[in-house]
Amino acid sequence: MHQAHVAAGASFTDFAGWRMPVRYSSELAEHHAVRTAAGLFDLSHMGEIVVLGPQAADALDYALAGRLSALQQGQAKYSLLLDESGGILDDLVVYRTGADRYMVVANAANRRTVADALSRRAASFDAEVYDESDDIALIAIQGPRSLEILQNLDDLGLESAPDLPEDREEADIAHALAALRYYRALSGTFSDRPLLIARTGYTGEDGFELYTAPDDAPALWDALLETGAGAGLVPAGLAARDTLRLEAGMPLYGHELTTGVLPAQAGLARVVALDKPGDFVGRSAVEGGAPEGARVLVGLTGEGRRAARAGYAVHVPSGEPHADAPVGEVTSGALSPTLGHPIAMAYVDPALAETGTRLDVDVRGSRVPFTVTPLPFYSRKKN
Amino acid sequence: MALPTDRRYTAEHEWVLVDGDTATVGITDYAAEKLGDVVFVDLPAVGSETAEGSVVGEIESTKSVGELFAPVSGEVLEVNDAVVSAPELVNSDPFGSGWLIRVRVADASRLEDLLDAAAYAALIGESA
Repeated sequence: MHQAHVAAGASFTDFAGWRMPVRYSSELAEHHAVRTAAGLFDLSHMGEIVVLGPQAADALDYALAGRLSALQQGQAKYSLLLDESGGILDDLVVYRTGADRYMVVANAANRRTVADALSRRAASFDAEVYDESDDIALIAIQGPRSLEILQNLDDLGLESAPDLPEDREEADIAHALAALRYYRALSGTFSDRPLLIARTGYTGEDGFELYTAPDDAPALWDALLETGAGAGLVPAGLAARDTLRLEAGMPLYGHELTTGVLPAQAGLARVVALDKPGDFVGRSAVEGGAPEGARVLVGLTGEGRRAARAGYAVHVPSGEPHADAPVGEVTSGALSPTLGHPIAMAYVDPALAETGTRLDVDVRGSRVPFTVTPLPFYSRKKN
Repeated sequence: MALPTDRRYTAEHEWVLVDGDTATVGITDYAAEKLGDVVFVDLPAVGSETAEGSVVGEIESTKSVGELFAPVSGEVLEVNDAVVSAPELVNSDPFGSGWLIRVRVADASRLEDLLDAAAYAALIGESA
């Protein structure tokens, strides 16, 4: 894929051991393209760990915070890998790709952690864990015109399609794509090579994530760019991906999520299935919820154009008592390209987490006013 | 893109174009490219004094913040209001309409210590 990115004019950054396209032309143009048309992302750095066997579902119910046994075939779920103390080791998307087969998609930096933890935690179950990250590439197409572009892609088919005349087959895949619901996946083919087509993403827009073999990825990438050019599809890099997910209020591992954070603090209590029958790693630690006074994740919006960035201290407004002592810390922040004002996520003292609370962020020595705002900042229905 | 040879450069990726005792300062296309899309520019007040090497402004992209260092000491004569209202000029025309400040140079001999285009090109690993 590297050559394809060079051909598209990418600048690169080193990320989790990968040379990743950070932007192709302009990250703002790429961001806007995803909000208004479509963007194409190479996410092959993500980790894919397959859990296989008669007890794969039970193993994952024990290993992860969610109830993965409840997934139907072709369904996906957002989940968390917790440690014994309830801290977050990674956030994941889990696909049930067969009765006895799951694919766990992990952040690139956590691939080994996840593969090792799953192997250990599955050891007492009739299930095998395989790290297939090197054998699976991932291309995401995100944005309101994604469906139309995929429907127009030549050589896309359904894996289980009966032997139909070519025009029927095309009608079939187009219909199946349109009918595919959010967080569902189907088995397809591209040029007769297998392809998992999932309606998932990390941008807050409609879109698809396409899992395929690394050798098949460049042809798929090129064909999508060619098919989508007229609809405004552009290649998009990590920089745009970060501002898109921030606007959509989606956490990023290493920023909003760390081993020092319990799911409840990150607003992810709903992801922990305390009602599932068996034990799971981290259960006893998270059952009581976050300890009294533990900081919680909030959204912050500011005026003007000066962004609060990761690591900046949060204070009560100047002039109020105790304005010197930090009451929180920003985990991600940027000037929102869609909204035109600064947005940030921060952990703050729970007493200050209510919507509308005025807080200051110390932006390199200047106090800049922000207001606690519900997440997400942007949703495609609302904006 | 070839570096203009009519001006001097700093290791902090600024350019300095001298006309008499006035120096116009901007950042190089290399710096603008590294920053990404510039969305906010904070410049010093007209009439303020800059001290060589001190931070006099900030250039923010969606991803990061770059500091503007004063390449020379002197009085700020003018700031580019166009770039404050349209920060993208830093990306689209860094050596021209994306200029940032004009300074009356206190000691012109200090300019001799700045890099010429060839030396700056070598610094960023490009051929002039």
